[in-house]
Order: sequence, then C-alpha cells, then structure tokens
Amino acid sequence: MNRTDPLVLGIETSCDETGIGIVRGTTLLSNTIASSMDEHARYGGVVPEIAARAHLDELVPAINAAVAEAGIRLADLDAIAVTCGPGLSGALMVGVGAAKALAVALDKPIYAVNHLVGHVGADLLRSDIDASDTEPLEYPTIALLVSGGHTSLLLVRDLVSDVELLGETIDDAAGEAFDKVARLLSLPYPGGPQIDRVAADGNPKAIRFPRGLSQPKDMAAHRYDFSFSGLKTSVARFVEQRQDAGEPVPTADVAASFREAVVDILLTKALAACADYGVPRLLLGGGVIANHRLRHVATERTDAAGIALRIPPLSLCTDNGAMIAALGAQLIMAGHEPSTLEFGADSTLPVDQIQV
Amino acid sequence: MLLAIDTSAGTSVAVVDLHRGVIAERAEADTMRHAEIVGPFILECLREANISPETLSGVVGGMGPGPFTGLRVGIASARVFALGAGRPLVPVISHDAIAYGHYLRGHHGPLVVVTDARRREVYWSAYSQADATGLPVRVGPPGLAKPAELDDPNWLHAGWNRLDAATVSAGELGMVAELTHSHHRSFAPDEPLYLRSPDVTLSAGPKRVSR
Ligand SMILES: [Zn+2]
Repeated sequence: MNRTDPLVLGIETSCDETGIGIVRGTTLLSNTIASSMDEHARYGGVVPEIAARAHLDELVPAINAAVAEAGIRLADLDAIAVTCGPGLSGALMVGVGAAKALAVALDKPIYAVNHLVGHVGADLLRSDIDASDTEPLEYPTIALLVSGGHTSLLLVRDLVSDVELLGETIDDAAGEAFDKVARLLSLPYPGGPQIDRVAADGNPKAIRFPRGLSQPKDMAAHRYDFSFSGLKTSVARFVEQRQDAGEPVPTADVAASFREAVVDILLTKALAACADYGVPRLLLGGGVIANHRLRHVATERTDAAGIALRIPPLSLCTDNGAMIAALGAQLIMAGHEPSTLEFGADSTLPVDQIQV
Repeated sequence: MLLAIDTSAGTSVAVVDLHRGVIAERAEADTMRHAEIVGPFILECLREANISPETLSGVVGGMGPGPFTGLRVGIASARVFALGAGRPLVPVISHDAIAYGHYLRGHHGPLVVVTDARRREVYWSAYSQADATGLPVRVGPPGLAKPAELDDPNWLHAGWNRLDAATVSAGELGMVAELTHSHHRSFAPDEPLYLRSPDVTLSAGPKRVSR
C-alpha cells in the first residue's frame, strides 16, 4: 500500500447524502454526491427509511461516476474508507455492507471512520486545479460542526489520534431547528436556505429570542453544549400570539431574529472554547455553514478575537465521501493499520473513536 | 462459480458451482448483525473455495422479500461486490431458495413459503411444484399478508403445504441461480422486495405551543 500519497475511495451514507469521494493523499479527485433531499421535502425532515432506500439505489451509480471523474480504475485504489457512525443506523449499514464487499472484491484494506472527524478532515483537501497555496490545517484547533444531524464542538489536537468532544446539542441539531422554524413560517424544506433568504430583509434585533444554555447555571453544567428546542418553542409562541391577535406575522424579522439567536449561541460557545483552551483557531463544518449570516458573523468575531477561521469549500462542508476518503488517507499516511472486517454501524459512535 | 449473498432473514453467504454444488457456506441466523458479518463471511467463503473474485461467473443477490434494514445490507454488498469484481449481478428471489431446498429434500407438490415480515405480518410465496430441472415453479407472488389472511379457507392457496422459514441459505440461492442460468430462464429484476411503503406519516403542520 502506498502510504505517502494513498489513493482512497470514501463511502458516506450516514444521513440523506450518498457520498462517494476519491482522493490521492490530500488531493481531491472526485466528490460525487447523490442527495435524497427532495424526497424528504414533503415530510419536512429526513425520513430514515427513505434515506436508506435511496442509498441502496444510488451507491453503484455514484461509485461509477466518481471513478470516471477521478480518471482511475477501482483496482488502482490503495484503500476503502467508510463512515461507520454516528448517523442513522439503517443508512449507515448500507454503506458499511457495501464498503466491506468492495474491499474484499478488490482485496484492499478498509478504514472504518468517524463521520464527525471526517468533517474536520474535509479541510485538508486541495483540488488539483486550485492554485491557492492555503496554509495546511494547524493543531490544536476548535471545530464547530453544524448540520441537520449534529451540532458539536470539538477540540482537535490531532486529526488521526486525539479528538475530544467539548459539547454537543442536548436536543435538536441546529439544522433541525432551521427546518422546524421554517415550517412555523410556512417556508419549504430544507429550512436553512429559506430562513437565510427571508431573513435578508429582516431586522435581527427586532425580537430578542432566548439563547439556550447560556444562563450562568447552565454554563456550569453545559458550558459547550447547545439547546435549540427552547428557541424553537419561543418562536412558535411569538408566531401564535400574532396569529391569535389577528396581526400579520413579521416573517422577515422573525427569521432574522431567530437566525441571529442561532448564530450568536453557536459562535459565542465556539469562541469561548477557543479562549478557554487557548486555541487561536476555529474550523467550521457541516451543512449549516452554508448559512450566510453564520459565515459573516464568524468572520467578524474571529477577526476581532485574533482567531484564525477556516471554512472548507461548501461542497466539502455538507456530508460527502471525499472527507471520509481524506480522513482515511490521513490514517494511512500516519501509519495506522486498517480496520478488521467485523466492525458494525454505530449510530452513536463517540467522536474520540476516530477509527473503529 | 457464483458468490451468493442473502440477508433477507439472517446472513448467509456461499460459493456454489453448477456441477460441484455448494462449495463453501457461512450462515448466521441472528437478524441484528448483517453489517458486521457479511464482510467476513464473503472473505471466508472465497478463501475456503480458493477462488479469486474476478474468476467468479457472477454475484447472486437475494432480493427478498425481507424486512428493510437487513435486506439492504446484502443487496448493497452483492451489487458493490459485483461492481468491484467486474462480474454481473444475478438477482434471485429469496423465497425461491427456500422452496428449492424444500423440494430438494423430498417435498412434492404445492407449497407456500412463509417468512417473518415483522410488525405482525408475513411474506409469502406459492409454488406448484419443482420442475424437471429442480427449480421451484412459483405461481403466487411474493406477497405481504396478515397471518390470519393465510389461514382464511377462502384464500387462493388455502390448504397448501406451508413451510415457515426463519433462514435463507445462500448455497440454495446460488444453486437456484446456477440452474436458472443453465436452463436459460430469466432472473428476477434487480430490485429489493420490501413489499411495504416507507412508514412515514405526513404531519398536519406544527403543533401549538401556547395555550
Ligand atoms: Zn455531517
């Protein structure tokens, strides 16, 4: 096996994106994504069974497309990497079963890796045509991962050997909160882009929505944890009061104020972690990073605090197989042995288990 | 030679050959460990049969019927193994393997194969006989039913011999594929037989939070 510049195919099926990525070391060769998002739209959220069925349908076409785009043959691969958790268990199992079969068929080693750590690994990828000589990711770094499935704050001392969970959501993921508030405002799914669009005309200070787990008593037990269910309830109550009074709901102001609350709490806690641990680096990942306001405020606040901010390209922020391949390649380059074939899908895989 | 994979009930993997029969087989009845054991089983069967993936004639996938989550693991494995090995996928209906085995062991005449579909329902398929080649002749579709429907005297296949099966043998699945191929019969479509819609209900909109 080539351990200096390994050619790795990554398989990601933890939620509603069937992601197949191919990397050579830190060079991105293909980031192929088939999403079942449209099929979930009428339900207002990801339906696990629909997502899992879509993975089974999309796997082979996605692998073929990725291989063609990368201009390689499957036989050229040095290894297979696959997400084994955390995520939706039925969805994960499709990828795990497929990855093992591919590894045995090709007689290649397999690396079973952690989805959340993969989000951090996405930042290492450079495209061949990308002439920008970005500085490599430095450690330690704080990582804030925000999507419809997770909201986690990590301390990454080393990508392949030392990742610590500082905090996570104790109820809804931030992306879920966007979806739920979008429904309250009669906006379509997925909620994130819709809230972003409507909020552009709103006043973020119009309504003071609560910031979850930010009171002194909460900060003792949940310093780096997040909670969005109280915020969602507060938005619902506001909307209902207006409706009950027969008044129009100021949709733009509600969207902007809600978004401001989410962005504020995410970044306040992330920057607190940077300060507490003396880490002047913050990395963002996950689909919610597509949110304009979040990226804007993150830039402002990290600039003010003298913290280096890193945001991978958006196509690598949402769930994808390239980040899984990238993490696999890092494990190989660091000399880690492959996973044994017996691993399963673990829907609650802890983040400190980087490889299973 | 064919590699056969079925996870419609437990997990079963085999390497078979038309003339030599079942060369290697691994089976686990546990319905909770498909993703864990499918990989090791494939590897062990190939090693025991002393065959490399690219020299297989094809990869047989058991298409069910079967409860969702487990069924998908085997089909995903079969499809992707076939892709990796550069060999064709051969889809076979899992119930056909159960019927084939039962006729092989001496059963004659009509047969209804019944497997667990969970949620107090069963999957069933009806067979009139095994033909001269040994292949079971399916005359009733893989269907989904409440157990009571199959006990109804007015049911189309009421009174037929009934076989309740908890496992599917990949060896038998593979032999069905070998016989189907050698007698120029057609294979099943490459589609998982869930026989049930995803269980989702459209919510009526957000619930009120204030009283
Ligand atoms: Zn993710």
